[in-house]
Amino acid sequence: MTYVKNRLRRTMMFVPGNNPAMIKDAGIYGADSIMLDLEDSVSLTEKDAARLLVYEAIKTVDFGGAEVVVRVNGQDTPFYDEDVKAMVKAGVDVIRLPKTESAAMIQKLVKDVEKWEAEFGIEKGSIGVMAAIESAKGVLHAPEIAESTPLMMGLAVSGEDYTADMHTKRYPDGRELEFARNMVLQAARAADVYAFDTVFSNMKDTEGFYRETNYIHELGYDGKSLVNPRQIAMVNKVFNPSKEEIEEAQNVEAAIAEAKAKGSGVISMNGKMVDKPVVEKATRVLETAKASNLIDEEGNYIGE
Amino acid sequence: MENKVKRNLPDDLMKELDLKPFETSKAGNPTVQRVAPKVRVTEGQNKVVDSLDDVIKNNLKDGVTISFHHHFRNGDFAFNTVMKKIIDMGYKDLTLAPSSLTGVMNDTVIEAIKKGVITNITSSGMRGSLGEFVSKGGLKNPVIFRSHGNRARSIEDGEIKIDVAFLGVPNADPAGNANGQEGDAVFGSLGYALMDAAYADKVVLLTDNIVSYPNTPASIKQDQVDYVVKVDKIGDPDKIGSGATRFTKDPKELKIAQMVNQVIVNSPYYKDGFSFQTGSGGAALAVTRYLRQAMIDDGIKASFAVGGITKPMCDLLEEGLINKLMDVQDFDKGSAASMAKNKNQQEIDASWYADPHNKGAVVNNLDVSILSALQIDTDFNVNVMTGSDGVIRGAVGGHQDSAAGAKMTIITAPLVRGRNATVVPKVETVVTPGESIDVLVTERGIAINPKRQDLIDTLSKVPGLKIVDIKDLQAQAEKQVGVPKPLEYTDRTVALVEYRDGTIIDAIKQVKD
Repeated sequence: MTYVKNRLRRTMMFVPGNNPAMIKDAGIYGADSIMLDLEDSVSLTEKDAARLLVYEAIKTVDFGGAEVVVRVNGQDTPFYDEDVKAMVKAGVDVIRLPKTESAAMIQKLVKDVEKWEAEFGIEKGSIGVMAAIESAKGVLHAPEIAESTPLMMGLAVSGEDYTADMHTKRYPDGRELEFARNMVLQAARAADVYAFDTVFSNMKDTEGFYRETNYIHELGYDGKSLVNPRQIAMVNKVFNPSKEEIEEAQNVEAAIAEAKAKGSGVISMNGKMVDKPVVEKATRVLETAKASNLIDEEGNYIGE
Repeated sequence: MENKVKRNLPDDLMKELDLKPFETSKAGNPTVQRVAPKVRVTEGQNKVVDSLDDVIKNNLKDGVTISFHHHFRNGDFAFNTVMKKIIDMGYKDLTLAPSSLTGVMNDTVIEAIKKGVITNITSSGMRGSLGEFVSKGGLKNPVIFRSHGNRARSIEDGEIKIDVAFLGVPNADPAGNANGQEGDAVFGSLGYALMDAAYADKVVLLTDNIVSYPNTPASIKQDQVDYVVKVDKIGDPDKIGSGATRFTKDPKELKIAQMVNQVIVNSPYYKDGFSFQTGSGGAALAVTRYLRQAMIDDGIKASFAVGGITKPMCDLLEEGLINKLMDVQDFDKGSAASMAKNKNQQEIDASWYADPHNKGAVVNNLDVSILSALQIDTDFNVNVMTGSDGVIRGAVGGHQDSAAGAKMTIITAPLVRGRNATVVPKVETVVTPGESIDVLVTERGIAINPKRQDLIDTLSKVPGLKIVDIKDLQAQAEKQVGVPKPLEYTDRTVALVEYRDGTIIDAIKQVKD
């Protein structure tokens, strides 16, 4: 496994690092990223066992092409060093640092990763990092955190810890998270890294889940953290481009091909020049459409 | 000798019992001679008797064949009531030929075997302590396992000659008209018991609910019945079937169900008027749910569904998504209750359902059948009978029948269960031959039988469906759980598994302790 900066990351599914049955099957649900957790879902007495289990799993389990992320224990814990060392040796794609509050914390992580990469003869820069923003301080420092390293994959809002830090709790309308969500998203976009929304844990409230997912999709988030595989299809449904968006993207793609064939540096469509953001959006749309099986091999629309 | 699915069969037993090895799943067009029961003529206005002892004394002798049905499942009081008396009365050398054996019967059967009361058994299956007892060599003569369709055929052909059938019913009138739909212990369809009622020399009904004559609908009819025995309680309604059916929340089962649904709706059989059969497991019930949504979205209706019926299927009937339910057995309270209310839930007997030697069974009209497996091997042979320890813990049920009849048979199974592979190089016991299996759906991919190139071509074109070679699935399973040490058996045969035409598809050996 090697870290790839740009890829589809609509869904990041949490899997407890101490549950072999769930780890074994994590790859079958079509999550874009799988986050194996060594932190909050593992009790103190199981920290070592979970680290070993996750290490072996990364080396042996077929995760079905998903990106493998591991959430290590925080830098203020005695488990952090061993976690990072083991995950680098295992060859994880991305290490997620919890409770990130400064660029320095990420820079320390990168330094530690590089140390172990050198130790184990792994090429430098093979492993990406991401920051979980879980406090007021973290939110306010989101811009510097996002820009702290070229290996930064993305930022994730963690709503539970953040709301506790803000002396509030989570409400169905999500207003308490408005500032954090926007701040983190702005920071991510400015630094050209990915932005992930927090988990929604009430599995019975399907309507609430869709409301929240639609909202963060509208804001511009790349994806959402999930606690249950059943939420994957729901997120994908929200993130799926419409038939019109797909056709538009295909037109852009055709225009690119035509420009290439002509040897022209300028891409034009319907007599208008197509600029870079439009090209990038078209690429994203088609990538998502393909991943969600909305178009067949010939590019025909087969969604509902 | 070795049969067509490469299973070694015990020559001595095959010769002694005059059995033939399995050849093919095709029934062909043989002409068969059926048998008819002896009838003791009576006027029969009132057949109610109080003494079960007298009925047994006057109708049983050593060496005869007795039968029961298993529609009460684990809520059955009839079996133990009758068998305990037979044991106490000291009968010997009986053949037990029930439609199947449920857990609540186990202790009594073991006691009867130990005391020499029962010396032969034929059944659809057995589980728990009885399966273990037989697998460890507790019964001298091999058990003969038969599918529901095969039992019907064997009864019609005279291979199973039932001398006395003891049939528990939740209601009967004094002349013997009875059904499974009204009373305290209702179970819905009497499908399997209808064979016994039609072919046993003596038919004894047991009920706690005698109603006025004439009792309709009469599933079992007065012209078939010799005695109606009044008992205090015939069954425990709470243990007959699960109450409200709950859909699984297990994400892996849901994933498999979703994939099965994808296979069905992208198959050539999915069109208005198609038909299907599902089981009662978590994944099967979830398939019903996904299929329901697809049928609504696509404006497609099924002509019928068959088999063990569940409440979710009755809901589809109520919604008008299925025209008819062909009901040989009800798995839960909801479907048992529904039979009395909905005339489109048709009770069918085991012959109508699945007999290979009649003029056409319902399973032959089936488009899609969804079945489960304990193991499936790389030749698509399926084991639903013995566990990974070689011990008997299952039932043939309608597995062979539905697989042989349906145009597309789909097996659903997780790649591994715990530390045991489900997809294996060679199943412990072949129950259903691979030639009648078309598709295997696991959470890691879909394997299609190479003889179904048409399905491979069609389903490979569906984006998102991961079609793989069954050997790859087997290799993946092996990579996860390793290669187990081969099981150790003695040379002694404890059971023979018949194919639906009466040929022998496999032999089950005694496990070494």
